[in-house]
Amino acid sequence: MATVDVDLPHVKDEDPHHHGPAKGLGRWLYTTNHKDIGSMYLIFSLCMFMIGGTMALIIRAELFQPGLQLVEPNFFNQMTTMHGLIMVFGAVMPAFVGLANWMIPMQVGAPDMALPRMNNWSFWILPFAFLILLSSLFMPGGAPNFGWTFYAPLSTTYAPESVTFFIFGVHIMGASSIMGAINIIATILNMRAPGMTLLKMPLFVWTWLITAFLLIAVMPVLAGVVTMMLMDIHFGTSFFNAAGGGDPVLFQHVFWFFGHPEVYIMILPAFGIISEIIPTFARKRLFGYASMVYAVASIALLSFVVWAHHMFTVGMPLVGEVFFMFATMLIAVPTGVKVFNWVATMFRGSLTFETPMLFALAFVVLFTIGGFSGLMLAIAPADFQYHDTYFVVAHFHYVLVPGAIFSIMAATYYWLPKWTGHQLNETMGKIHFWLSFVGVNITFFPMHFVGLAGMPRRIPDYALQFADFNSMASVGAFIFGFSQLVFIYNVIQNVRVGEKATAQVWEGAQGLEWTLPSPAPYHTFSTPPEVK
Amino acid sequence: MTKALTLALSLVSAPAWADWQINMNEGVTALSREIFDLHMLIFWICVVIGVAVFGVMFYSIFKFRKSKGAVSEHWHENTTVEVVWTVIPSIILIAMAIPATATLMDMYDTSEADVEIQVTGYQWKWRYQYLDEDIDYFSNLATPREEIANEASKNPNYLLEVDNPLVIPANKKVRFLITSNDVIHSWWVPNFAVKKDAIPGFINESWVKVEQPGVYRGQCTELCGKEHGFMPVVVEVKAEADYEQWVADQKAIKLAMAGEASKEFSMDELIAQGEGVYKMACAGCHQPNGQGIPGAFPAITGSTIATGEMDTHIDIIVNGKSGTAMQAFKEQLSAVDIAAVVTYQRNALGNSVGDFIQPSAIQK
Repeated sequence: MATVDVDLPHVKDEDPHHHGPAKGLGRWLYTTNHKDIGSMYLIFSLCMFMIGGTMALIIRAELFQPGLQLVEPNFFNQMTTMHGLIMVFGAVMPAFVGLANWMIPMQVGAPDMALPRMNNWSFWILPFAFLILLSSLFMPGGAPNFGWTFYAPLSTTYAPESVTFFIFGVHIMGASSIMGAINIIATILNMRAPGMTLLKMPLFVWTWLITAFLLIAVMPVLAGVVTMMLMDIHFGTSFFNAAGGGDPVLFQHVFWFFGHPEVYIMILPAFGIISEIIPTFARKRLFGYASMVYAVASIALLSFVVWAHHMFTVGMPLVGEVFFMFATMLIAVPTGVKVFNWVATMFRGSLTFETPMLFALAFVVLFTIGGFSGLMLAIAPADFQYHDTYFVVAHFHYVLVPGAIFSIMAATYYWLPKWTGHQLNETMGKIHFWLSFVGVNITFFPMHFVGLAGMPRRIPDYALQFADFNSMASVGAFIFGFSQLVFIYNVIQNVRVGEKATAQVWEGAQGLEWTLPSPAPYHTFSTPPEVK
Repeated sequence: MTKALTLALSLVSAPAWADWQINMNEGVTALSREIFDLHMLIFWICVVIGVAVFGVMFYSIFKFRKSKGAVSEHWHENTTVEVVWTVIPSIILIAMAIPATATLMDMYDTSEADVEIQVTGYQWKWRYQYLDEDIDYFSNLATPREEIANEASKNPNYLLEVDNPLVIPANKKVRFLITSNDVIHSWWVPNFAVKKDAIPGFINESWVKVEQPGVYRGQCTELCGKEHGFMPVVVEVKAEADYEQWVADQKAIKLAMAGEASKEFSMDELIAQGEGVYKMACAGCHQPNGQGIPGAFPAITGSTIATGEMDTHIDIIVNGKSGTAMQAFKEQLSAVDIAAVVTYQRNALGNSVGDFIQPSAIQK
């Protein structure tokens, strides 16, 4: 990010006609304030994270030993399905939207989001989408049990009746995401403070701009694929039904055309967050700002031409295999550039290790490990051995948990003093970090081993040779799961009490949000700052 | 309470299972070893890059601490460095892609096979049809339900054992034609490095040439419903002479089975045989006690079909019910087995209709 010099005449005394938040429940129901909506997104995401996490612990408890102990296989499949759906659509995506709501207007010097009423609407339909999805657990036949990738015909001809509710829920989530994305694009393109050119924007804003375009491009594809399912189930079409002349593999092509960009939707904003935090605590400008922006843009573009690497075993023609292998390997290049840039930012800096920095450093190391296993998975012949084993489970949990989730935690610790006006309790933050770091690795590292040794994913019971590493992973999962209670305690304590934070908060922090007082007033930048 | 007790017992016995395999098996074919080598090559490339990147990172973390008096420098870009670390990874990747493409071409070369076998996935079993011989059978999980429910101790091949393994000859190129009867499955034997999705309406191809006789085990690797974790693949590779003998035996057995179907059975004989068939073919969905799973799989106990007209009952077992998980068993079960399981369902599991049927009366 370019250094930002700011004239800031009007922060302390807002226009007297501006009022503070309304009182009571109405404040939250009718609010169009980006900070309120951001908070609601974040709280919603935290609730979903705990629900999805509980499901993960049910899975890990069942897998602690061979044999069926706690749940029957059909319920196990419901748990893996719901865990995936809730974590992807309920925890990670809304958390990033929440952070975008809070930070983008403050980082570009705008008073609010461009479309505040739509902002309210895009949040408030989300809880209903997830109520519908979760209510399917109590329906006859149970919740969706066909995996979060819901491959047809398991999810059509052979699905429980609750699949229709799942489809409705996905439609609502998609609508919410598309509205959120439109809002973010409109805000960034139209509401930047005078002087903030595109190449002066903070990287969090840049990554979100690109992510928003990805969302607009692929959420309609997701809506399309679930609508085709709906037609097959209720209206007698045969898109995916081989007996009717349809094509089950078509489902996978359409799904992954959405699904692969979706993976980047969950990691690009994380790249932005890490690119904010590392320079702050290295007290040195981000290395290669421009190449960071180009790397994110090329990852986003490439994400549209790699989808079939999820399908190397479906029997594609040889040329297809080779094309998707090459395209996938290419993604390693811009991703590598980002990692090199972060490391170069630290090199010859002046480093301190507050909680946000610890999470950011863990992100760089563990996300890179997830990137390495991703590179291995890209090698199509080897993928025939890795595909649908725990090696894949290890891979995507490494990029999503110590990747996306750690970046969200890093962002929360980083900006929390700005939101609440209270300094962080570093001791508690560090306890949370170390418990999470140890827990996450004990959980997911052994999964590489059992995967390579031949354990398929999505099975409720396994052969005896996988027993030891599975017990280990289960122990790690409980450590990681329960250490999140420390996180919740930290956040609640920070909202309630704490030493008064300065506007600057972190010594090395740069950017418009740090020119505002802590806590940031309800309305900020009513008069745009001048960025030179 | 008993559940808690079995759980506690299983905890105590855990160390007996120690097996800490951390890497892929090399496998038993030329192709699997080629794939293993690719896997190790890309792994070591990752290790080298990782050591370099994390090395610089940890050096920075220890060396450039503010607490040690480090003062940050002001540079923040360097075009040469940035070009270098874009170009070098690209070259490494291209170098990696060339051998990978060569291996892929080998994997896709299914020509000139000596033996051809059609592999069909069913919920939750495999069917093997030898295209050049008159051999056609199903392969079901053989692990007793008691072991899965922790009521009996687990044998070493727990969940990786079947009643009828696939039998193939050693040192012959065997071509698999893989498809499915219902949902998508995936047929995987890690030691062969053969994994291919079984997709309804499609026929995928794969091949193997195993040098050493032996028994090789794998599993279904595509989520295919409730019993996905319970449909193993077992392949017995026999020396050529043994394989020929096995083929001859199979034909003899088939003739004997045909004779069996015209025999007269007593009701007790049928019920006794039907119990075994029920456990193998029906209990997965309808449950061992016949209660089903409400909302997902109907109960047999008190069911209008199993206590109603005999012909309707036979029909649903023989032809299945389309659009549901209830599949047609006419190819999977012999006439004797169908008569036995029908009789069992009508006169056990809490039902007592009192009638029974002879195998000779089953029209397939």
